[in-house]
Amino acid sequence: MDMQSLMTLLLTVGKILLIVVPLILTVAYYTYAERKVIGYMQSRLGPNRVGPWGLLQPFADVFKLLFKEIVLPSSANKFLFYLAPVLSLAPALAAWAVVPFDDWLVLADIDASLLYVLALTSMGVYGVIVAGWASNSKYAFLGAMRSAAQIVSYEIAMGFALVGVIIVAGSINLREIVLAQQGGFFDWFWLPLLPLFMIYFISGVAETNRAPFDVAEGESEIVAGFHVEYAGAAFAVFFLAEYANMILIAALTALMFTGGWLSPFENVPILGNTFIAQPHLLWFLGKMFFFMFLFLWFRATFPRYRYDQIMRLGWKVFIPITIVWLIAAAVFVLLGWVEQGV
Amino acid sequence: MAEIRNYTMNFGPQHPAAHGVLRLILELDGETVVRADPHVGLLHRATEKLAESKPFNHSIGYMDRLDYVSMMCNEHAYVRAIENLLGVEVPERAQYIRTLFDEITRLLNHLMWIGANALDLGAMTVFLYAFREREQLMDCYEAVSGARLHATYYRPGGVYRDLPEVMPKIAESRWRKGKDLKRSNAWREGSLLDFIEQFAVDFDSKVDDYETLLTDNRIWKQRTVGIGAVSPERALQLGFTGPMLRGSGVEWDLRKHQPYAKYADVDFDIVVGLNGDCYDRYLVRVEEMRQSNRIIKQCVNWLRSNSGPVMPKNFKIVPPSREQMKSDMEATIHHFKLFTEGYCVPEGETYAAVEAPKGEFGCYLISDGANKPFRVHLRAPGFAHLSAMNEMIKGHMLGDVPAIIGTQDIVFGEVDR
Repeated sequence: MDMQSLMTLLLTVGKILLIVVPLILTVAYYTYAERKVIGYMQSRLGPNRVGPWGLLQPFADVFKLLFKEIVLPSSANKFLFYLAPVLSLAPALAAWAVVPFDDWLVLADIDASLLYVLALTSMGVYGVIVAGWASNSKYAFLGAMRSAAQIVSYEIAMGFALVGVIIVAGSINLREIVLAQQGGFFDWFWLPLLPLFMIYFISGVAETNRAPFDVAEGESEIVAGFHVEYAGAAFAVFFLAEYANMILIAALTALMFTGGWLSPFENVPILGNTFIAQPHLLWFLGKMFFFMFLFLWFRATFPRYRYDQIMRLGWKVFIPITIVWLIAAAVFVLLGWVEQGV
Repeated sequence: MAEIRNYTMNFGPQHPAAHGVLRLILELDGETVVRADPHVGLLHRATEKLAESKPFNHSIGYMDRLDYVSMMCNEHAYVRAIENLLGVEVPERAQYIRTLFDEITRLLNHLMWIGANALDLGAMTVFLYAFREREQLMDCYEAVSGARLHATYYRPGGVYRDLPEVMPKIAESRWRKGKDLKRSNAWREGSLLDFIEQFAVDFDSKVDDYETLLTDNRIWKQRTVGIGAVSPERALQLGFTGPMLRGSGVEWDLRKHQPYAKYADVDFDIVVGLNGDCYDRYLVRVEEMRQSNRIIKQCVNWLRSNSGPVMPKNFKIVPPSREQMKSDMEATIHHFKLFTEGYCVPEGETYAAVEAPKGEFGCYLISDGANKPFRVHLRAPGFAHLSAMNEMIKGHMLGDVPAIIGTQDIVFGEVDR
């Protein structure tokens, strides 16, 4: 290996670490934020014992989980049992490779990054199915079945919603999709694609198995669903994957529907060229945090759907709406009501 | 072709939605429940048998532990049975206090139920809201009896002591001080009655809060409407009582139809449902909370303006005061006799029932004239409701099982006894 390729390799690894380490830290503090935010919504305090304001709580949790024994259930399939958490975490992290944080800040600016993301987010379900199968537990098995059915049906609605984005943006590259939204708050895609925007985000909540679509975990029905038999570090990996996926969905929603790193005040004359009218990484993070907050808000507000009701919502409500709006979006573009980007 | 068999699953006794120690054997066809077989007895403590080996008063505390979310109502049934046999007259003030605390207990129970039922269906927030209010009511329990749960406050003849003149305040601590402490103590400046009145004035808005989260929530309705529907005829055949019966549209409430304590003198309405499904039972219980609050306000008003004894002056069953014992030999003897061998109850049998929050809680008591009951049988509403589990669940999905357990408001303390 010559010097050049070694340098490239080191640089890439460095870049990956620059994404993964902050991501894992975000996951840690997202769990903390979840407990605090939901705590205040439920008129209680949330964690406040470990460190100042409980800020070290996520680390306490991580260390507790790491030191616990990973129990292998009797007659479980050992190989698949240990493979499952990895299968669910890997795509959750790998998808971040193509997420642009800013106009130039992206690990791999590939042409078909949207397809790549779609492919990887669908991969996550295999971890869940394999976990449910390998655990040799009826609860886990039911959880896996539910999860498989749910993700398959929501994938379709989600895919259709993204087709709408592709039609309007004229590109399947995430960076170009963002750039196609230039012009300020009302030029972002959420407006022409409002139904798709909402369906995409709701499907995202369903895809990540979060309340009110958390039937795969279904606390009160099937205890913890697919990961009921997992303990210690193996459970922590599932946990990490779930939260990384939530952050990913929030990031993608911010990129595709609310202009990514673009400022909402881009063309406001008074602001001119001041900082808040400029595109910046902070805009992207702000939007992402807003959608991450929505996940928590949903969890504190809604009861859980029943399994068949989720299916009905996916197939009978979301998919027809997305199909209709796809045609509408195409008509908008044809008539020139919405300017096709790039 | 291989034979397709149904799937059997153990639901409990270690299960987050099992409400204690319910063990359901579910036969599942996919996600559809074909048969549900409830197994009981995991919390059996032989309360009835224990009561036969103790003086009458010693068993009052056991009654708290039956349905441990509606403690004083259980006590009420037991002491009423004893009073029936003894033929003692309960002073009016004591009867009002009992009415007041029966309704406080109803609120405690229904708050627990709304929280647990919502939590079972995934709405976590209601649970914590409900427990915030429960905390205040537990403080009322603590103020009169010294215990937050197992009060042992009702005694044959009346109640253990009159309501306290001062509502205990929350002490300053590392976690509660300054403004926070002041806010927590805002209602506690006056007597217990002042506290309860403040609570009652505020409580309707709290019920509105729960209703905002649930009543018109589409998901809540999808999860409860049409689930576990029981026709009025079938509800009667199954021995349903309380909100389970009223949810099916049968207007039956012991407080109205066989009034005890002071229920004949207070204004309230019987709440009935229409369809007998989980949603109707939810509406019935929520409205019952508002009606209970109405009764509480009336009791507080009466208790404020009327004073009097809370126990009869019959030292054969009621211990004399400590002061009397210092100077009066006879009082000392009464005290000694009461606290060693108790009192003897005339021969006979009786059945006394109260409208406990979950339904008709009854106590069937036989005395052979000794200082211990010959037989105590307790009629727990939850047992009859649990017996209908299979019928209510059959044909619904696995996700509806917690909905039905929640709507039955099962507590294993009383089912297993």
